[in-house]
Amino acid sequence: MREFAQLLIAGLSTGAIYASLALALVLIYQSTEVVNFAQGEMAMFSTFIAWELIDKGMPFWAAFALTLALAFFGGVTIERVLIRPVEKASVLTIVIVTVGLLLIFNNLAGGIWGFQLKTFPSPFPSGTWQVSGVVISQQSVGVFGVALLLMALLAVFFRFTALGLAMRATAMNREPAELMGIHTTWMLALGWGLAAVVGATAGVLVAPIVFLDPNMMQGLLLFAFAGATLGGFESPGGAVLGGLLVGVAQAMIGNYVSFIGTDLSLTVAMAIIVLVLVFKPTGLFGQAAARRV
Amino acid sequence: MKGYRWLTVPMVLAGVLLAAACGSSSKSTTPTQAPGGATAPAASPSPSVAAAAQCNKAANQTEGVTATEISIGNTDAYSGPASAYAVIAKAEDAYFKWVNDQGGINGRKIKFTSLDDSYSPPKTVEQTRALVEQDHVFADFNPLGTPPNTAIRQYLNDRGVPQIFVATGAATWALDHPKYPCTIGWQPNYQSEAIIYAKYLLASKPNAKIAVLYQNDDYGKDYLKGLQTGLGASASQMIVKEESYETSEPDVSPHVTTLKNTGADVFIVVATPKFAAQAMKAAAQLNWKPLIIDNSVSVDLNTMKAAGAGADGVISAAYLKDPSDPAWASDATVVQYKDILAKYAPGADPNNVFNFYGFAVADTLVQAIKQAGQNLTREGLMKAADNMNYSSPYTLPGITITTSDAQKDWAPIEQMQLEKYNVAKGSWERFGQVLEGAVR
Repeated sequence: MREFAQLLIAGLSTGAIYASLALALVLIYQSTEVVNFAQGEMAMFSTFIAWELIDKGMPFWAAFALTLALAFFGGVTIERVLIRPVEKASVLTIVIVTVGLLLIFNNLAGGIWGFQLKTFPSPFPSGTWQVSGVVISQQSVGVFGVALLLMALLAVFFRFTALGLAMRATAMNREPAELMGIHTTWMLALGWGLAAVVGATAGVLVAPIVFLDPNMMQGLLLFAFAGATLGGFESPGGAVLGGLLVGVAQAMIGNYVSFIGTDLSLTVAMAIIVLVLVFKPTGLFGQAAARRV
Repeated sequence: MKGYRWLTVPMVLAGVLLAAACGSSSKSTTPTQAPGGATAPAASPSPSVAAAAQCNKAANQTEGVTATEISIGNTDAYSGPASAYAVIAKAEDAYFKWVNDQGGINGRKIKFTSLDDSYSPPKTVEQTRALVEQDHVFADFNPLGTPPNTAIRQYLNDRGVPQIFVATGAATWALDHPKYPCTIGWQPNYQSEAIIYAKYLLASKPNAKIAVLYQNDDYGKDYLKGLQTGLGASASQMIVKEESYETSEPDVSPHVTTLKNTGADVFIVVATPKFAAQAMKAAAQLNWKPLIIDNSVSVDLNTMKAAGAGADGVISAAYLKDPSDPAWASDATVVQYKDILAKYAPGADPNNVFNFYGFAVADTLVQAIKQAGQNLTREGLMKAADNMNYSSPYTLPGITITTSDAQKDWAPIEQMQLEKYNVAKGSWERFGQVLEGAVR
């Protein structure tokens, strides 16, 4: 039982990492209907900026705030300069642009900061709690808490604020939105900016655990995608739950299903996701889109 | 630096694209010698019936060699996720420039052409073909990485071009030498290192219960195999759990939890830097205090620092002098290394072990070329590399570079010395005798 609890905790900790990045993916999808493959690398780059600021002597929270501001402007700038020119083109074109961005950010970070591993200070205490023999890392609890908080903020933002609704309207059906008086081009840029902020938050959160290097987000992004897809790309709550499920599935399957062992645990976790999607293509919490053509 | 095979790029999507998108080659455009136009006196290699397989398939045994020059090729990752290793080729370039300024080898200067392969095997094949067929290099020296080297092995052996002192720790270079006589490794292979750990455990902790965390690929499995070989009959009894991880996982802590639950008192970490740091850190966080053995792939000070308190008392193994270690500050070789680096590669970090590795392996090549004699041929160079007995000034005292066709020993370095990490001092301290880890 204790072993089960410990694995559950470990799985949830990993899942919280996926969840925080999945939120950024959901955010940009909700506000632009684009899947941004560069999301992970943008988050990594922001995290390096935060590291640089802290390394230069800035206090953690000040560096964090400044990084978020820079990430926001960075996100908006990318949308205005690189995405705008191709926004009328097919979705595939935009996807390719984001893949290009992925490579650019990766190599840029490597060029500036090198590929050596760097440690990143944690905003949370590095200690552990022991609950009847089960060890819980305070850092993981912190990541978990922030992921939930972000999720709640996003859910409220998209459902109850005028700006959030305007952004969703823009993403869903641009021309009517524009006729309603929504400044649609700025809504898209805003979506990129906000997604960059959420990504930067995720990067700063997970860097103390996965360490900082230009490739830190590559594996993560894959599972964040899996989590977001499983939960449903249209629901922040679904993305978080999806991320957590992927994390827990990985930890449990490797340990308990002996004939699979650790060799195939990732494969099986992915197979389960595919299976879910076969029966519910929009993800566990996604809603089937009804659209007038 | 020690091991290399670690890079398995987990990016499903970008991995494909990286191969296509990255990598400008830094190819030099110096006029190359026409094939067959060798100016050096040919050594008239007699097709002798040798006991061991020879690297004698080259139609032109002296291609790339003139009276004044030896053309040496190399591939390394100047772009892409493995670019940290590009330091090695740059250090080698600096070392050869110094050798040339000293008058070269037997009157010949080395022309070193190093191309970018982004650590991507298809790219390595392409660049290697360019080196062999356009630049007409005499030998391919110290190409980086197990997958890239595996991809070019057949090609180079078919053409009889030496693939000499490859920068990877796989055991196959030594074990499959009879099949691929033009290919030889250099650094201690992963199996050798694991055998050394096994010897240490058998001697100092014969009742150990060993838990292993390993990367789920050839690199991880090579260590596992070495460990089983080294422990021999006791292996099944001593190893209580072997747990693998994938490079795409963000955090290996769940595996450490599983391993802790086995009650093991020795924890062997066969992981690349990031995962090794996570594993050591996680053990400390879980209040698990086994004897930790960390593979030499992940012993740089950044990694140890990242592991925090979990790094204290961790054991690993080394074979080269450490230029950042104060114990070697006044060592003649280390002092000279720093001088040469400052002059020929200004801006390079002398404490980066990759630089020292580059010098050490380039020095061994120079030794092999000297040994091959004035009438340099491809077959002759490989014969020299296959029969070395060289006390390199770069390796730790007592560690020699030995190979022998007669002994069927084609693993140049098979000795290492154990070392223990001290968190308070932030440095490694060597202890005990030099240990042998021969793999046959």
